[in-house]
Amino acid sequence: MTLVQVDGIFQSYGPRPILERVSLSVGEGEFISIVGASGCGKSTFLRLLLDQERPTRGQITVDGQPLKGEPDRTRGIVFQRYSVFPHLTVRDNIVAAEGLSRPLGRLFGPARRAARARADATLDRIGLAHVAHQYPAALSGGMQQRLAIAQALAAKPRILLLDEPFGALDPGTREQMHAFLTDLRQETPMTVFMVTHDLREAFKLGDRVIVFDKTRWDPHDPAAYGATITYDFDARNGGIPYQLKEDQDGSSHPAAQPAA
Amino acid sequence: MRLINRYPGPVGRVALAALPFVLVGLVYAQASAARLAENPQDRILPSFATLGGTAWRLLTEEDRRSGEILFWGDTLSSLSLLAAGVGIAALLGLVLGVAIGLIPLIRSSLQGFVAVVSMIPPLAVLPILFITLGVGDTAKIALIAIGITPFLIRDLTARTLELPQEQVVKAQTLGASTLGIALSVALPQILPRLISAIRLSLGPAWLFLIAAEAVASDSGLGYRVFLVRRFLAMDVILTYVAWITLLAFLIDWGLARLSRWLFPWAEARG
Ligand SMILES: Nc1ncnc2c1ncn2[C@@H]1O[C@H](COP(=O)(O)OP(=O)(O)O)[C@@H](O)[C@H]1O
Ligand SMILES: [Mg+2]
Repeated sequence: MTLVQVDGIFQSYGPRPILERVSLSVGEGEFISIVGASGCGKSTFLRLLLDQERPTRGQITVDGQPLKGEPDRTRGIVFQRYSVFPHLTVRDNIVAAEGLSRPLGRLFGPARRAARARADATLDRIGLAHVAHQYPAALSGGMQQRLAIAQALAAKPRILLLDEPFGALDPGTREQMHAFLTDLRQETPMTVFMVTHDLREAFKLGDRVIVFDKTRWDPHDPAAYGATITYDFDARNGGIPYQLKEDQDGSSHPAAQPAA
Repeated sequence: MRLINRYPGPVGRVALAALPFVLVGLVYAQASAARLAENPQDRILPSFATLGGTAWRLLTEEDRRSGEILFWGDTLSSLSLLAAGVGIAALLGLVLGVAIGLIPLIRSSLQGFVAVVSMIPPLAVLPILFITLGVGDTAKIALIAIGITPFLIRDLTARTLELPQEQVVKAQTLGASTLGIALSVALPQILPRLISAIRLSLGPAWLFLIAAEAVASDSGLGYRVFLVRRFLAMDVILTYVAWITLLAFLIDWGLARLSRWLFPWAEARG
């Protein structure tokens, strides 16, 4: 069943096209890994899915409904940095996932105590109980990202967007985070879009790996054209390509290699 | 070893910090002794002994007419005006700074206006304040508030705009309303910045206070300094100046401590 439908998206900033003719259909519960060269528009694509920006052309629907014009609780996000609130303790960062949706942005009285108890249970499960009363700045990068993911999930979004969430972590911590994310997904099945620079990670975690790249290239003006989805791999069986998007103008492109 | 790589030891640190104070004291003592040797009645550079005696008299002796100790009355009067002016400015600066930084519609409307208003020289407005508000405390509080509010608004606007956009987006994905984001994401992170901004604006605040007291008042530290100037009472003036300096220093130090105590996370972030 299709959950997210992306139809012919174009996105430009001023005269500069970033994304061109991006179309994608994603089923409920799928894990989509997104790879592509730096600056090709992966984060831009996530911002469009998040409804933080509107595309120049084209439309995105979730469950058949067009997006409403601003982010909301149905789509959670984890950035590479700045994802948790530095002024809240680890526990209060989890509580904020419930409290922020209240009129004053926080919970009071019994509701707050109940949310704290739930937050403590969450922290126990993700192995952060021992730092519940510390501030995020005192945490390692891996712990901060674990907290950021748990915070995003505490709002129970249907769609989770991850923008290079493990990009700043060392390889060992990365492996732990993969296991952590896989476990979480078994508990709460949600649709995930994850941008990564690590192809192994993309194929390991994703059901599909999509590649953003430019299909047209002007050597005199590298910024003349935007990127689109050039490959869409089935990553479930160790990543045997099942679909090769056709180049619209028929030319084969040297950079259209996923390893680029 | 290069000069930029040389650091004082624990004793050297204290000695170097004390050095300028000691030097200034020595120069003053020298100059004072030289003048007094020429004319024992000289009032321009009183000796440290005279200053100590004057300070003791000011701090302990009651005024013959009112029966109060003027020194403490002046202090109380000045500090309450300062607190009122800075307090009003802080509140306005906080509310408007966060609103302008967070809400594009308000930013479009007020940012240019605040930039223009902040160019008005506050002291030039003082006569207007005296004419419209009378020569009482209200005008002085208004001068302090008018003098530092634009700076506070602009500084806190900039600090609010500096908040990582990721946090604002994140809060929205957790369902926060504009008010919720303002109160629970922006405000708590701006409060330590407010304290820093207040510390920076205390210098101008004292300036406006003393200027207003000098022009129209019947009490206050600035009033007293300008009153006794007519009698060339340098011993009184110097005592008051030292006291004002000490007060300003203690307030600044206290605010720094308060910030560290209230917002431990702001330190850790570095
Ligand atoms: N708000 C914006 N205004 C103008 N240009 C932007 C904006 N956001 C991103 N860009 C540009 O769009 C391009 C794609 O950015 P981004 O989506 O962040 O790339 P990626 O995440 O794939 O590295 C970059 O060249 C970037 O400079
Ligand atoms: Mg990016």
